[in-house]
Amino acid sequence: MSEQTTTPTVEGTAPDGDVLVEARGIKVHFPIKRGVIFDKTIGHVYAVDGVDLKIRRGETYGLVGESGCGKSTLGRAILKLEPPTDGSVIFDGIDIATLEGEELRRKRQDIQMVFQDPLSSLDPRQSVESLLFEGMKAHGIAKNAKEARPRLVELLEAVGLPEAALAKYPHEFSGGQRQRIGIARALSVNPKLIVADEPVSALDVSVQAQVINLLEDLQEEFGLTYLVVAHDLAVVRHISDRIGVMYLGALVEEAEADDLYAAPLHPYTRALMSAVPVPDPVIEDRREQILLTGDLPSPSNPPTGCRFHTRCPWRQETKCETERPVLRVPEIAGVNPSQRVACHWTEQIASGEIERHAVTATATEAGDLDTGPDSLMGPASISEAL
Amino acid sequence: MTSTSTSPSTHPHGRTGSSEPLLSVRDLRVTFQRQGQEPFEAVQGVSFDVHPGQTVGLVGESGCGKSVTSLAIMGLLPARGNRVSGTVSYDGTDLLTLSDQQMRDKRGKDIAMVFQDPLSSLNPVIPIGLQVTEVLERHRGMSRKAATPVARDLLDRVGIPDPDRRLTDYPHQLSGGMRQRALIAIALACQPRLLIADEPTTALDVTIQAQILALLKELVQDTGTALVMITHDLGVVAGLCDEVNVLYGGRIVERGERHELFAQPRHPYTHGLLASIPRLDAPRGQRLTPIPGSVADNLPWTHACAFAPRCSQPIEVCTRVMPELVPHEGRPLRCHNPVEESR
Repeated sequence: MSEQTTTPTVEGTAPDGDVLVEARGIKVHFPIKRGVIFDKTIGHVYAVDGVDLKIRRGETYGLVGESGCGKSTLGRAILKLEPPTDGSVIFDGIDIATLEGEELRRKRQDIQMVFQDPLSSLDPRQSVESLLFEGMKAHGIAKNAKEARPRLVELLEAVGLPEAALAKYPHEFSGGQRQRIGIARALSVNPKLIVADEPVSALDVSVQAQVINLLEDLQEEFGLTYLVVAHDLAVVRHISDRIGVMYLGALVEEAEADDLYAAPLHPYTRALMSAVPVPDPVIEDRREQILLTGDLPSPSNPPTGCRFHTRCPWRQETKCETERPVLRVPEIAGVNPSQRVACHWTEQIASGEIERHAVTATATEAGDLDTGPDSLMGPASISEAL
Repeated sequence: MTSTSTSPSTHPHGRTGSSEPLLSVRDLRVTFQRQGQEPFEAVQGVSFDVHPGQTVGLVGESGCGKSVTSLAIMGLLPARGNRVSGTVSYDGTDLLTLSDQQMRDKRGKDIAMVFQDPLSSLNPVIPIGLQVTEVLERHRGMSRKAATPVARDLLDRVGIPDPDRRLTDYPHQLSGGMRQRALIAIALACQPRLLIADEPTTALDVTIQAQILALLKELVQDTGTALVMITHDLGVVAGLCDEVNVLYGGRIVERGERHELFAQPRHPYTHGLLASIPRLDAPRGQRLTPIPGSVADNLPWTHACAFAPRCSQPIEVCTRVMPELVPHEGRPLRCHNPVEESR
């Protein structure tokens, strides 16, 4: 790996050896266009709207949230697969957001991705050998397949597949095995960071555990850093060291995995935690659920102030509707200072000063854009964009 | 619906044993026959009972035959290329012997179904209201005019805000959770005595899933409807079902009351499933114990235990003789070498 001398380094971040990735004020806005002849931009989907996060070397950072919260888009923005509208991503001291063309291509060797659906992310016409060799060739790790062979066998062994798999094609494998191939491909170029977008959600539960264990083993063996994006809180809590909870394009809470489970502070995190079913009837029977009313508001027209205020059971008359809360360390005794919450009333809710109250559901439309009286074409394209 | 509610401390317990079963499935078999291919038996002799007011779960992974079982009960498998045998007696009538016309009268009226993907089970070009009144007109002989307020109340009942406006909305105008509610409203229109829900929350986010599960629980409690819950999610089963059937390779391998089943899973498959799921409340750093292999490794049930190649404790007889579903410590179990320790 040759370090690019021309790449711009960002002052002040390079010496911080502990942090591998730092995202600052990331925004990804997708334009909503209308018109047959003239493409007029009539609004934006605010998929990611101002996220700061740091991922330390060697840790697993989990991003959770429900569909449409922008977690996948954020993951892709960090790889610059989705160019951020605003903000910077500093990877190992270099601002990726400013990289272009060949420099960016080279940098991508360090950041690889594992996708949710291995069947659609692996070319059905390529053998496993060719799939794995492609990236190595592109990054100059091996010149020809023969030279790469020992490395390929090693990779397959690392992900628990036999050498004979090299000559096979993706359709000849089961879902779990395909995901192993996807992981081997990501590993083939010796990345530093792997962004895994819902790596196990397409798999059956018995196979899920195999892949989760594999990811953990590989991290230890190769000293990898993971950014895991998933909707399943139990999976994320299991593999992550730190977790960021997203709601409508922004982080609402960030904490060590254990702290987040022991004491979720943000009202949304509390509701989310209480909604996850636990395979234990004894716990299920005495569990207190916080049922949220209504659905996620449209990210093209997010609520003012705190974005969760329309569904929040702890909502207050002041501040919530008008002021957007920032991620901050709450002033609560005993709370780990690494836990950050974006809520105006965290302290009062934690002390019991503010109590939970009923919320009336308001009707939300799927793909509701509210940009004009006449409805827009194709909500499908918007959900695709998310 | 109120926004915040606590889950009921008392769980609706099924009246098992005492009353006559509402639905009694015996030795149900479904074989797919495709030209030029070996016939494939997706369901291989499934038997279970559902009593009024009871919630029965069918749990298993993809390909275990749980959905095919439900489609066979509803008579929704196309006659061509499929062979269905056994008996499905509903209130004394064998549904498998009914003509298509007779079955159409039963479906929607006595037995209703909620599917996984509401967008593909709702008609995209007909307003929601009309899809609800359609059922009322067809089965209860109501006029459109008389049915509309009933439809409105149904939408209100399942927690759809602003139901008057929603009557004229099309499915694409509703969110995923609202569509699933609309589908439940349609299923409930004729006050069916049996509701079959096939993965009703799998496509939904957890907070919306919690809403839908709470709704189903409430319905069972209030109306005494029997519910058959088909799911792969053991967490959903733990909170909802009175009795749980675990399916593997087209056969029931273990059955039990939920507390007993989760506390002492006797089949290595059930045991393995529970050990392989990451739990939100488990101490961190604990490694998961996966079930090795995949369903592709299964042996044929005819002369072995299908699960034997993936089993944690197989014995010699497992690869020779099919275990029968027989009572083991009072619970039906299909295993030669049951797991003895508790979880």
